[in-house]
Amino acid sequence: MFNAEEINKIKKSRLKWESNTLKNTLPFFSERKDKFVTGSGKEVARLYTPEDLEEFDYNTQLNFPGQYPYTRGVQSTMYRGRLWTMRQYAGFGTAEESNKRYKYLLEQGQTGLSVAFDLPTQIGYDSDHSMALGEVGKVGVAIDSLKDMEMLFDGIPLDKVSTSMTINAPANILLAMYIVVAEKQGVSLNKLKGTIQNDILKEYIARGTYIFPPAPSMRLITNIFEFCFREMPLWNTISISGYHIREAGATAVQEVAFTLADGIAYVEAAINIGLKVDDFAPRLSFFFNAHNDLLEEVAKFRAARRLWAKIMKERFGAKNEKSLMLRFHTQTAGCTLTAQQSDNNIIRVAMQALAAVLGGTQSLHTNSRDEAMALPSEGSVRIALRTQQVLAYETGVTETIDPLAGSYYIEFLTNDIEKQALKYIEKIDKLGGASRAIEQGFMQQEIQNSAYRYQEEIEEGKRIVVGVNKFRIKEKPPKGLLKVDPEVEHHQLMKIKKLKESRDNHKVKATLNALEKAAQTEANLMPFILDCVRSYATLGEICTILRGIFGEYKESIKL
Amino acid sequence: MDKKKIRVLVAKPGLDGHDRGAKIVARALRDAGMEVIYTGLRQTPEQIVETAIQEDVNVIGLSILSGAHTHLFPRIMELLKENKVEDIVVIGGGVIPEEDIYELKKIGIAEVFTPGTNTKDIIKFIQEKVK
Repeated sequence: MFNAEEINKIKKSRLKWESNTLKNTLPFFSERKDKFVTGSGKEVARLYTPEDLEEFDYNTQLNFPGQYPYTRGVQSTMYRGRLWTMRQYAGFGTAEESNKRYKYLLEQGQTGLSVAFDLPTQIGYDSDHSMALGEVGKVGVAIDSLKDMEMLFDGIPLDKVSTSMTINAPANILLAMYIVVAEKQGVSLNKLKGTIQNDILKEYIARGTYIFPPAPSMRLITNIFEFCFREMPLWNTISISGYHIREAGATAVQEVAFTLADGIAYVEAAINIGLKVDDFAPRLSFFFNAHNDLLEEVAKFRAARRLWAKIMKERFGAKNEKSLMLRFHTQTAGCTLTAQQSDNNIIRVAMQALAAVLGGTQSLHTNSRDEAMALPSEGSVRIALRTQQVLAYETGVTETIDPLAGSYYIEFLTNDIEKQALKYIEKIDKLGGASRAIEQGFMQQEIQNSAYRYQEEIEEGKRIVVGVNKFRIKEKPPKGLLKVDPEVEHHQLMKIKKLKESRDNHKVKATLNALEKAAQTEANLMPFILDCVRSYATLGEICTILRGIFGEYKESIKL
Repeated sequence: MDKKKIRVLVAKPGLDGHDRGAKIVARALRDAGMEVIYTGLRQTPEQIVETAIQEDVNVIGLSILSGAHTHLFPRIMELLKENKVEDIVVIGGGVIPEEDIYELKKIGIAEVFTPGTNTKDIIKFIQEKVK
C-alpha cells in the first residue's frame, strides 16, 4: 500500500509529532493508564500508521470480496446481495412448546431456525434415565425419539427453512431424525438446508457434552461428511466451533487457533478415510464468538478467513473455491452478560453484533438481556432479534463491503491475530495434532490460564465491567424470568412409556442389532442409524448400543 | 501455631459442561491456601457426597448452570443428612435465579454466589464459616 520512501516520510513526521505535539501535551494531560490492552489482553499502541503495515500488499493480503484469501468476505456482494441469516438459538421444554417458539420467531421475521436440545439429549440419555433427573427440557428441547422430532417441526416445511442443530456426540442420530421427518413431509434430501454442529473436539476442549472417545467420534463425524456428500449437497456437515472455546475463557487468538486446529483434524480424518478434500470441504462451516472488543473482534473474523483459506490451499491442496471459504455463524458472547443491571446487556449485545456484521458473518444469534439469570423470555428474545434488524436496516453498515478495511489498526490487528494463531497451530502440529493436544490437556490448560487472568483483572479493577465492579447500584431482583414447566419431565416420561407400548418392538430390536454389528466394522453407520430411527428406537437405546461398542470418554483434569 | 488447611470439594453436579467458573473458583481457593479437590463434570449427588466423605472436606462448592439445581441441590443435602455429615458447609454458584436462592437457603445451602461474584468474597465467606 505504501512504498519505502513514503513510510520513511511518515516515520519522520511521527518522530516530529512525538517530540513536539505529544511531548508538550503529556505532562499536562497524562494518559488514563500505563498500559492499554485489547479484550484479549494484547497491548494496544497509542496510534497506528502506515508504518505498522510496512509489508502490506493489497492484492495478496486483502484482494476483493469473494476472492482468495477472502479477507474481505466470502461473497462478492456480501450484504448488498443478501443479509446474514438471523438465527436465534432456541428450544426448551417439550417439542410442542419449542415448536410454538419457532413459529413465533418465524412470524417475527427470523430467517432460520436454530435448535437447542436439552442436556440429556446432547449426552445420549432418554428423559427417563437416572442421569437425566432434573435436566429434562431445561436448556433446550427434550428429544427422545422420532415422535418428538415430528412434533418439533410440525407445520414447518423443511424445504422452506434452514435449520441449525446444536448437537455433537449423537449428531448422527438427530440428523437421521431430521431426515426422516423431511421424508414424511415429502421433502427430498437434496433440498434440505441447514447445519449440524457435529464438532466433538471442542466438546472435549470446552463444552463438555461428549460421549465417546476421540477415535470412534471422528468416525461418526466423517460418516456424516460422506453421507451428506452423496445425499444432502446443501447441508453444512459440521460447524467447527470457536464459540465455546472463547466462552471458556480463551483469547481471540486462541479462539482462532484452536478452532482452525480442530478444523485441520477433521480435514485430515476425512482424507484418511479416502474422501477427496474438494468433495467435503465446501460443506465445512464455522462458528465464532463476538466478544466485547469491537475492533479486535472484527480483525479476528477477517484473520480467521484468511488463515483458513491459506491452510486449505497450501496444506491440503484444495482446488474448489468453496473449499477455501470460511463461512461462519456468530453468537454474541454469553460470558459478557451480567446479572447486575441486566438491561445493560442489550447494549453489549448490540456492539458485539456490530462486530460480527463488520466482520462479515453469514448468520448471527444475538443473546438476550436476561441470559445471565435464566433462559430468555419471549420479550427479551424479541429485543435481541430487533437488535439485528436495526443493524441490518438502519445503521448503514451493510451498504458497502468490509467497511473497516484499510484502517491501519484493523489491518495491523488482522495480520497480528493471523500470525499468532499460526504459531499456536504449529505448536499443536508438534504435539501431534488437535486430538493428541486435547488428550494432553494442552488447549484446556491454555484456556484456563487466560480465564484466570481475565478474572484477576476484573477483581483488581484493571478491567471494568459496568455495573459489576464499577457504576454499581442497589437493585431489586428481576421479574418475568422464564421458568421451564416442571411438568415437562413427567410429560416426557409418559410419552416414552406410550411409545414403547405402541411401536413394533421386534423391528426396534432388529434395527438395533444391525447397528451393533455394523459398528464393529468399518461401515458408514448413517444407513443403520436411519433404520433405527425409522423404527422409533429411542435416542437412548441407540446410544446405549454405541456406548457398548465404543466406550466412553474420560476427561483429563488439570487445575 | 500450625492451622489446619481448609478442605474444599468443588463439584459439578448434573450434565452441563460449563466449568469455567468452577475451575476459576477452585484455583482461587487453592491460591488462598485451601486444599481443593475438583470432581470434573457430570457428577451424581451420590458421587459428590461420597467424595466429600472420603476426602473429609469442610466445604462443598456446587457449580451448576443448567437449571437442574432445584432437583440436584436438595438431593445432595438429603444425602449429607443420611450420612450424618451435615456439618459440611455447602455453597452453590451458577445461573441461579433469586427466587430459587431463597428456597435453597431454606434447605441448608449456606450461600449462593451468582455471576459477577468476586472470588475474594467466596474465600472470605468460607474462612468465616469454617473456623
